[in-house]
Amino acid sequence: MTRSGFVIANLFRKRTRTILTLLSVIMAFLLFGLLQSVNTIFSAGADFVGATRLMVQARVSFTSPLPLSMVPKLEAIPGVARVAYQQWFGGVWQQNTPLIMFCLDPQRYRDVYPEWVMSDAQWQAFASTRTGMIVGKQLAEQFGWKIGQKIPIASNIWPQKNGSKAWTFDLVGIFDGKDEDWKKRTNLAFIQQDYFEEANQFGLKGRTNFFILKLTDASQARAVSRTIDSMFENSPDETKTQTEKDFNISFVKQIGDIGLIVRWILFAVFFTLLLVVGNTMAQSVRERIPELAVLKTLGFSDGSVLGFVLAEAFALCLCGGLVGLLLASLAGAMVEKGTGGQFQLQLDGSVWLLGVAAIVLMSAAVGLLPGLRARRLRIVDALAGR
Amino acid sequence: MLSQALAITGINIRSIPERWGSSLVIVIGLAGVVAVFTALLAMATGFESTLKATGRADAALIMRGGSDAELNSAFDRDSTDLIKQEPGIRAGADGKPLASAELMVIAELVRKDDVKNGANITMRGVEPTAFMLRPQLKIIAGRNFTPGLREMIVGQGVLRQFQGAEMGRVIRMRGSEWTVVGVFACGDAHDSEIWTDINVARSTFGRIGSSSVLAALDGADGLARLKSAVAAEPRLTLDVLREQDYFSGQTRQFRKTIGFLAGVVTIIMGLGAVFAALNSMYAAVAARGKEIATLRAIGFGGVAVVVSVMIEALLLALTGALLGALIAYLLFNGLSVSTLGQNFTQVVFNFKVTPELVGRGLVIAVLIGMIGGLLPAMHAARQPVTTSLREQ
Repeated sequence: MTRSGFVIANLFRKRTRTILTLLSVIMAFLLFGLLQSVNTIFSAGADFVGATRLMVQARVSFTSPLPLSMVPKLEAIPGVARVAYQQWFGGVWQQNTPLIMFCLDPQRYRDVYPEWVMSDAQWQAFASTRTGMIVGKQLAEQFGWKIGQKIPIASNIWPQKNGSKAWTFDLVGIFDGKDEDWKKRTNLAFIQQDYFEEANQFGLKGRTNFFILKLTDASQARAVSRTIDSMFENSPDETKTQTEKDFNISFVKQIGDIGLIVRWILFAVFFTLLLVVGNTMAQSVRERIPELAVLKTLGFSDGSVLGFVLAEAFALCLCGGLVGLLLASLAGAMVEKGTGGQFQLQLDGSVWLLGVAAIVLMSAAVGLLPGLRARRLRIVDALAGR
Repeated sequence: MLSQALAITGINIRSIPERWGSSLVIVIGLAGVVAVFTALLAMATGFESTLKATGRADAALIMRGGSDAELNSAFDRDSTDLIKQEPGIRAGADGKPLASAELMVIAELVRKDDVKNGANITMRGVEPTAFMLRPQLKIIAGRNFTPGLREMIVGQGVLRQFQGAEMGRVIRMRGSEWTVVGVFACGDAHDSEIWTDINVARSTFGRIGSSSVLAALDGADGLARLKSAVAAEPRLTLDVLREQDYFSGQTRQFRKTIGFLAGVVTIIMGLGAVFAALNSMYAAVAARGKEIATLRAIGFGGVAVVVSVMIEALLLALTGALLGALIAYLLFNGLSVSTLGQNFTQVVFNFKVTPELVGRGLVIAVLIGMIGGLLPAMHAARQPVTTSLREQ
């Protein structure tokens, strides 16, 4: 019998116990995978967005508008290649499904966001249709919207000239992302700033919530931010400029201490798991003390006896851990599909990596104590049952 | 039978100290499940009780139609004055309608545990009547703002969670400087706000009207009268809500999210704990196989054995649950956190571990203990006496 065969055979000497322990480990890693991927959403922000773009908002809050008259001033700053802007529309689909929907200038936006993939014809249709709207692929699929349809959307902020908050837009384009990361963010909708300015009741013109700046050189981000913020200092339109990535991080952080709570849960889960598996291992070693003594008598070294116990712990944690993480991936994909991509819970590489690290740590933590006990065994005492 | 079961249970429990390890697995496992469950729901309960405490039943909040939140609502000064004259609004001591036009804007402050990321804080410009409409608001340090000056008072929740708004601090907003002159306590969602004079807020933020009007209702039918008068007024498109209902309505989404999270986490952790409990109860009855067989041989019934094992599992599970609830209480009760509310601004609230939550935790523990105990108990009772006695 090979050494690995011996380890496996030992695992199955008490089938019920091994299976039950395995199931606890699977549950723990299922939870670990799901929570860790939630944690990734809340902590990392969007790594792929990079630092090539700057977001300019009013210093007091991005809900305060900035005047569009700033556009030429921003464009004149060295290092700024192109300026786009977007204003929150407060769009609501049907009864109460809020949409991430902005008013913007089609051409400017297209220049600043080359990551969106849409045909030239559709971009042109968006630019030339006053009541035009383009939406991301996810959104279109979620609500079954087709190009050419008139889409009724309410705004919870802006009434039209006639006092009604029920707007209608012509869907002229559906965009997708250039890669996996960007495809996942196609839950957006855009309409024309010009049409919005013309049709809203307050005659609000020339204002927006954000300017988005495309830089000629990403390494200039810090210098350009400082130039902009000092340029508008002491004016009613003081600005706060940060990279798009930083903006996304602080936006997500607004939701609060989710990361902290997730870490607490993980801690509780792992502590519990450690005890369960640790106890099982200790028990299984206790029961086998005479056998281990026999192994030593046969000439196995202290080290290899320790190795057997550790290998057993590792096998248990590895099987349970991998199955648990796999289940978490499946569950995450199901949640993502079920919510139409609104809630993205996929286990990326970093979660798997952390999971494997956790498996290794766990095995060491639960295997070491019983293993050392097995290693210290004195043959005579063990065989005598002392 | 019952006395038999009790007798065996007594022996079992007295022998627990001799096999601490495996008994502890059940206790700790359940403590973990119940602590996580209680802590998560304590968060939802805290949020809910903060918002439910906000708003009175005898006041109405008036916003532009279809706004959902004060942040989205706005009307001009004429409409504001018009609203205040509507019937159904109670008159104050001075004979004027007891109503406050309020302007909600957002300012950014940085969390205490952060260095640069701004969080949205509600800044509420109010009229003097606002204080009459919220008699529970008390200035606990400093003084009230002086109308016409760039002064503000800060809710105690803001002070607890965010930096840069302490007494005497100067905050720069839109090219002007504001001084914090006082701190107030309201005991509800207003604790997460900064208050100032509405006219100063209007001029600084370039706004002309207000976001909402809060009005005291005149008698039991005040709301109905106000609603029908507003509906009949062609110059106004408004939503009239009982103030209490407006704030209570904001808790639904949060409760749903946290409830979902708590449900998923509890089910998965609970399953893990069931397997752990099964494991250690199997081990417990296996270790006592001979003892149980002996008892059966001298006349104890199988049912008594089953009951005694179940009782042991339940006792251990309940101990764990109480321990878990205690941990959740000690670590989280009163813990102050904040999250985004309906207005897209931070709402500061405290975790609240209630007896009801602890009770629900105990129910979960009993369920897990029953499942964890039943199979091993049946297994123990079914073992043929002779086989067990012969076992080594």
